[in-house]
Amino acid sequence: MYELILVRYGELGLKGKNKSQFINRLILNIKRGIKDLAPREVRSTWGRIWVPVHDDLDQLLEKLQMVFGIYSVSPVVKTEKDLEEIKKAALRVLHDSLPQGGSFKVETRRSDKTFPLTSPEISKKVGSYLFVHSPDIYRADMHHPQHTIEVEIRAEGAFVYGQVVPGAKGLPVGSSGRAVLMLSGGIDSPVAGWMAMKRGVTIEGVHFHSFPFTSERAKQKVLDICQVLARWGGKMRLHVVHFTEIQKAIRQHCREEYGITIMRRMMFRLAERIALKNKAYAIYTGESVGQVASQTLESMFTINNVTNMPVLRPLVGMDKEEIIKIAQKIGTYDISIRPYEDCCTLFLPDYPKIRPRLDEAEAMEKNLDIEGLLQEALEKTEVIEIVQEEI
Amino acid sequence: MEREIYFDNSATTQVHPEVADLMHETMIRNYGNPSSLHKKGVQAEQAVSHVRKILAGALQVAPEEIYFTSGGTESNNTAIKGIVHAYKSRGNHIITSNVEHPSVLNVFDHLEELGFRVTYLRVNENGVIDLDELQDLLCNDTLLVSLMHVNNEVGSIQPIKEVGEILKGYHKKVYYHVDAVQSFGKLPVYPGKWGIDLLSISGHKFHGPKGIGALYIRKGTRVKALVEGGGQEKSLRSGTENVPGIVGLGKAAELAVQDREAHAQKMNAIRETLASRIREKVPNCRINSNFDGTGAPHILNISFPGTRSEVLLHYLEQDGIYVSSGSACSARKGKLSHVLTAMQLTEEEMEGSIRFSFSYFNEMDEVMPVVESVTKAVKELRELTGRK
Repeated sequence: MYELILVRYGELGLKGKNKSQFINRLILNIKRGIKDLAPREVRSTWGRIWVPVHDDLDQLLEKLQMVFGIYSVSPVVKTEKDLEEIKKAALRVLHDSLPQGGSFKVETRRSDKTFPLTSPEISKKVGSYLFVHSPDIYRADMHHPQHTIEVEIRAEGAFVYGQVVPGAKGLPVGSSGRAVLMLSGGIDSPVAGWMAMKRGVTIEGVHFHSFPFTSERAKQKVLDICQVLARWGGKMRLHVVHFTEIQKAIRQHCREEYGITIMRRMMFRLAERIALKNKAYAIYTGESVGQVASQTLESMFTINNVTNMPVLRPLVGMDKEEIIKIAQKIGTYDISIRPYEDCCTLFLPDYPKIRPRLDEAEAMEKNLDIEGLLQEALEKTEVIEIVQEEI
Repeated sequence: MEREIYFDNSATTQVHPEVADLMHETMIRNYGNPSSLHKKGVQAEQAVSHVRKILAGALQVAPEEIYFTSGGTESNNTAIKGIVHAYKSRGNHIITSNVEHPSVLNVFDHLEELGFRVTYLRVNENGVIDLDELQDLLCNDTLLVSLMHVNNEVGSIQPIKEVGEILKGYHKKVYYHVDAVQSFGKLPVYPGKWGIDLLSISGHKFHGPKGIGALYIRKGTRVKALVEGGGQEKSLRSGTENVPGIVGLGKAAELAVQDREAHAQKMNAIRETLASRIREKVPNCRINSNFDGTGAPHILNISFPGTRSEVLLHYLEQDGIYVSSGSACSARKGKLSHVLTAMQLTEEEMEGSIRFSFSYFNEMDEVMPVVESVTKAVKELRELTGRK
């Protein structure tokens, strides 16, 4: 029965003269998001975006709900500009979108002034028709209705809709520039990446691979996570950094309790270099305060000191439980809990330094050929384009 | 990668080219359903019957005592659950060992939850059960004994034949199941003569395909089916027969059994050489497999304390050498091996244990490259991970 989906964009409206750019980006992302379905024209008129339905309403809704920048969507019935047709359509919409009954009202907008009735008149006539033709479980309520049936009279026809499905909200991916995401394969970092995408950021993943200390399966796990993130972001690139030699060097030349601190400092240095090479201007991580030894404020201070680039930690105020909930929603959780070690526990000291000191870390790094190690790791970095697969 | 050395044959084996050819041929020509009345059906049925005879010959039992299943796990499940459910009025006590494969141990766990009394035989430091302990455990309530012939992690051989003697001599009938998944084709196994009532085998452990196995069931033994349906395999295992798999299983069994003794000698020579060379070259290692006749010819388990087996495995992988850390199944759960725990190894010894497992495809000249890689990897890992 539905011919169209009406897409509303929330925050975009606030963006002033960049608006058309944002809308074009959103349309592009919608097209990419639904590319596995039958091809169709996505149009933008009257401050909203319209997507035709080709007998695939459920799939279309599901895919649109994964496009950032969409505030909400509504399935729309299109009819002739004829009051009787509009009434019948409104009745179908009411029963379909509110099957359990409840209170409703009708609101009309008439941009086609050739239509013989005014907006309030249309609302009134359609409303009483609905009331008369519905069972007792439906009530009219002008002030606090559970549901609003909207009628729009446009030049090309009449549009009737009721149900409002919330979208992913946020901003269209690609509208806020580019950042790198340190991606371990654990539960947190994919969520951090998702939250970056939600703010319109294009993400490039950076994964530190330490074969043979970590297995090929750990890398596969990260690839699978990227695949899920690509469903939200369209596509993404993953940089798999050869980290083995750095791990070995740290192990050989630095004090054990500083192993993690120096390892993280090396990771941030590498992330920064990869970012700059790819015109990315921030580093996202899945860190939260206090979770593990490397996430105390003292650790963050000592680790963060190696870069001037903004290090963004969208999970910083969240509890594990909240993070897990999002991971489950976006679909990365089941992959993240696969048992293969991501950051080899082999190198985890029994007692890592909880308050590592910057001067000590710097002194210990004098034993390392930092530049040489970074160069080698970057040279052996593999870049993988993740293309969204059909689900 | 240059040369591949596959020393992980207890996980699975490469399908023998003759087996693959025959299966291919069967799939595209002899594709009938053995239950069909027409000629295509008859031909397929003949192929299945032929394999039943091959396996019967190899085990020295009657063809009608052979049933096809999807593999070792299904054979073990069918045997154990099938017996206890068919004969539960005869007893409530069932016995196994604590070094069995998970497809036996988890079934026993489940039966324990259902109210059966379960006793686990302990093993000595060589991984072998004590016959006196078994003798003492038998009672009027004992219904079933289930034991593995060769342990998949360390290769210890259980005294299967002697257990059969004990059970034969007991005043009450006790059903006897043997998991011969790791021993078939490597050691002699004669269930008919040895008093075994049910015996499991699996095709992919001896160069056959995955997804096919067999269960020997002594004539007159009632077994309750796990899968109901069209009544194939005398209603023990419904479902259209996996004809290509069965044909492959038959060919692989034929190839494994016809030169069994020569194959076993070859594998054992590789095993002994590898063990002694590693012992010479790598300080502080512990051999967890037996060489005194209670060790299978194709499995060598060694602990390298101070290393982590998973990392060692990946190190060897870089040189094209494929081995296993503990057993493939338990290695993934991130816990220590129940077999090595039962053999009372230290935690360090368990964490650094590697299983090398051989087949008759392996050659003696593969030993030295492995010794060299192991020596180098263990040295490097110990240096790297030694606590400072």
